[in-house]
Amino acid sequence: MGEVSVKLTVNGQPRAATVEPRVTLADFLREQLQLTGTHLGCEHGVCGACTVLVDGAAVRSCLMFAVQADGAEVTTIEGIGSPDGGLSAVQSAFRDCHGLQCGFCTPGFVVSVTAFLRDHPNPTDPEIREALSGNLCRCTGYQGIVNAVQQAAGAARRGELR
Amino acid sequence: MTERAADGGARYAGARVHRVEDDRLLTGRGTFVDDVSLPGMLHACFVRSPIARAAIQRIDTSAALALPGVRFVFTAADLNPGVREQWHTTIGKEMPETPRPPLAEGEVRFVGDPVALVVAESRYLAEDAAELVEVDYEPLPAVVDYTEAEHAKALVHESHGSNVIAQLTTVPASAFDEVFASAAHVASETIYQQAYAPVPIEGRGLVVDYSSVTGDLTIHASTQTPHEVRLFCSRLLGMPEERVRVVTRDTGGGFGQKVMVQRDEMCLMLAGPVVGAPLKWVEDRRENLLAAGKSRQEHAAVKMAFDADGAIQAAYIDFVQDCGAYPTPWPLFPAAAVGTFFPGPYRVPRGGFAVKTLYTNTVGRAPYRGPWQFESLAREVLLDIAARQMHVDPAELRRRNLLRRDELPYKNPNGMNYDNISPLETFEQALAMLDYAKFRAEQAEARSAGRYLGVGLANYVEASTPGYGVYGTEPATIRIAPTGRITVYVAGGSSGNSIETTVVQLTADALGAKIEDVDTVQGDTAVTGFGAGTAGSRSGSMTAGAVRETAAVLRERILAIAAHELGVAIEDIELADSRASVRAKPAVGVSFKDLAALADAPAGLEASARYTANSPSIWVNATHVCTCEVDVATGRVQLLRYIVSEDCGPMINPNVVEGQIAGGTVQGIGGVLFEHLAYDDDGNPVATTFMDYLLPTAAEVPAIEFGHIETPSPGPGGYKGVGEGGAIGAPPAVVNAVADALSPFGVKITRLPLGPSQIVALLDR
Ligand code: FES
Ligand code: FES
Repeated sequence: MGEVSVKLTVNGQPRAATVEPRVTLADFLREQLQLTGTHLGCEHGVCGACTVLVDGAAVRSCLMFAVQADGAEVTTIEGIGSPDGGLSAVQSAFRDCHGLQCGFCTPGFVVSVTAFLRDHPNPTDPEIREALSGNLCRCTGYQGIVNAVQQAAGAARRGELR
Repeated sequence: MTERAADGGARYAGARVHRVEDDRLLTGRGTFVDDVSLPGMLHACFVRSPIARAAIQRIDTSAALALPGVRFVFTAADLNPGVREQWHTTIGKEMPETPRPPLAEGEVRFVGDPVALVVAESRYLAEDAAELVEVDYEPLPAVVDYTEAEHAKALVHESHGSNVIAQLTTVPASAFDEVFASAAHVASETIYQQAYAPVPIEGRGLVVDYSSVTGDLTIHASTQTPHEVRLFCSRLLGMPEERVRVVTRDTGGGFGQKVMVQRDEMCLMLAGPVVGAPLKWVEDRRENLLAAGKSRQEHAAVKMAFDADGAIQAAYIDFVQDCGAYPTPWPLFPAAAVGTFFPGPYRVPRGGFAVKTLYTNTVGRAPYRGPWQFESLAREVLLDIAARQMHVDPAELRRRNLLRRDELPYKNPNGMNYDNISPLETFEQALAMLDYAKFRAEQAEARSAGRYLGVGLANYVEASTPGYGVYGTEPATIRIAPTGRITVYVAGGSSGNSIETTVVQLTADALGAKIEDVDTVQGDTAVTGFGAGTAGSRSGSMTAGAVRETAAVLRERILAIAAHELGVAIEDIELADSRASVRAKPAVGVSFKDLAALADAPAGLEASARYTANSPSIWVNATHVCTCEVDVATGRVQLLRYIVSEDCGPMINPNVVEGQIAGGTVQGIGGVLFEHLAYDDDGNPVATTFMDYLLPTAAEVPAIEFGHIETPSPGPGGYKGVGEGGAIGAPPAVVNAVADALSPFGVKITRLPLGPSQIVALLDR
């Protein structure tokens, strides 16, 4: 199968590669760029484990082809924290609130919540639950996750999301 | 976030300390099996049966093999002869087992049955090639409905001679005819639970890496039991066990599904050494829902006799379970647990059970968190039905029958000897947290306004931490390096249950170390001793025992060296903050770092020991209380409050305990309201994506409120197992809440699931 070239920015770094048109953005990130923090829980757009930011929008990378990200700016879980390895406000809140157990769903939640709080720094409880309903977690029963979003919303209001 | 104990040393057990797992998992730096990438690695994909039962006439692999990049296509004839022995260490060689050919041989027995294994240079190519493998099937009559399996003409396993796998009756139901005939009240129902499954968000997977030069086989596995995978594999291939190493870093949830070695995984173990390169298989969601195993799917005729005051006189359960085509393990003993636990935490003077397990042409039964939880579902649903019949409040009926502390130890009629439990306390605590009387008043008010609220109660007692056989032992090694870093090595098998954190907490406490000085290594069989992994709610208690035994040896050595170094008696030394100091003169002391250097530089200080369990099981009890509102027009159930009062003894880390309870509870809620691993009449699975298999999301789940009662167990630290209880207590609490809400309509609920369509149908009846 013919390969096409793509150029994009991933976590602030310019990347260029050739890729089969059928390769999903998720597989491209995981296999070609070795950014394995983006996880696959269903590969059909329901679980949200593969969520990344594409030009700032939370996107399911299993539903998008790598070639569609040509020219885009992509942020994965590896690019969410501060460059020195410190945790973002959302990541710290997940740690403080026991918002993760096995951690497999976690990158997708952290990325989704980061985008959500950036756009909705004052969420109500039902809004939080609604926003989280696009991501599946089988371990936590969502208790710690909801608490983490509430805690991180405080940081969002103070403009300290990162 | 840690508490200070009176002696001045840090005390971490009992504190909500941050997890040591979190930094890597939050930043995308975990290592799940699909993240393992080795040079030259090949990728595997299964060809699976599209038919519930058929004879395999012919398999043509030529088109698949002709595809560039495809290296091998294996069929049963290639792989199956490689099997030497196949049995699990935890189950034993003597236990009967369903014949489990790695690839289907001659006959396929369920939709999803692995027929061929394609190996190619990429997962994409392997999937392409799998579609090119031509298999001619001759369909055969399939046994789909387990309630008809016993008398079906078709046999799932011809060699077994019957679709009844095994059955067991302790006492026939007729033995209690007199009690039931003379009882003031009798409640008797047949209760059904549908198939649902663990569904970890990460599927199963392996990377098998064989070196023909050294003969070493390394397996990276998504598993709850790395040491079992290692020993199973060594026997399967007839390889010396020291040649096989299993490495598990992060496992994305298991809930029982990743305890045993399944047929798909055997195929990878057999193919790995043949393909000349590392070989990866990671199942996708469809495979997980098709082939990783189902759970639940069972029913029972249950009955209870009561005297005029509502005291239980006898309880009987006649239980029937669907085990699919390839149950793992042999299902009789897990099924018998449904019988033995059926009396629950109640005063039940007489009782017995019968259990029957059946083959069908559906995916095989696999363990799932609280594999026997049907006992609680059946008992608690029956108690509510009985209360309604007797016009007694369901809380009052339970209160009259719950075991009191002064009656312990108490032997139930099926031989279970309960002790160190507090069913009446958790019950009263949970009711108080709800304010039961107030809820009843709100319910009455709502009803008069045409709104239907309900409350559901459920009590259970479960046996955690099996103390027999290989389950009853757990090792640890603790090393203090000359750098001062302390590393604790345990068998591992965490799949989200935080045993890295809890083991670090316990080790820091046991040695008097600062928690930030302690690391842990788990899941690598090359550097840890055999332990049976995460199963049976055993990790907490067993690793606590292992750390206690090992730390005791190490403490003695630290004390001896420190006493010598400081010129005082051993009794005068105290260990705290990673330092040995003189009790009377705390400023005089020596750090663990310096002691390790003194001891045996550069080896440091090291000890290994093994804990052996002191009781056959550790009992845990809890009460679940759930309230809901049912929209009688749409059949939609909205959960309002959810309360769990649990007695798991002292908590090593309350965050971890509550996290386990919450996770299990939401799985139980899902099992009642949303999840159904359904098949059509021809044996085709109809829920093979997350569009059809509905998991609960944050939007459907209420906040869970926790109450804790603390009755120490006889085990190390008084700890108990808490991994499974949520999934046991939740289903009956939710069912009872819905039934209570619908009681004005005279609706009786005896069948799950309770989706909107089922509820509307119940109301239409
Ligand atoms: S893997 Fe993309 S949504 Fe599930
Ligand atoms: S933490 Fe395991 S799936 Fe969410």
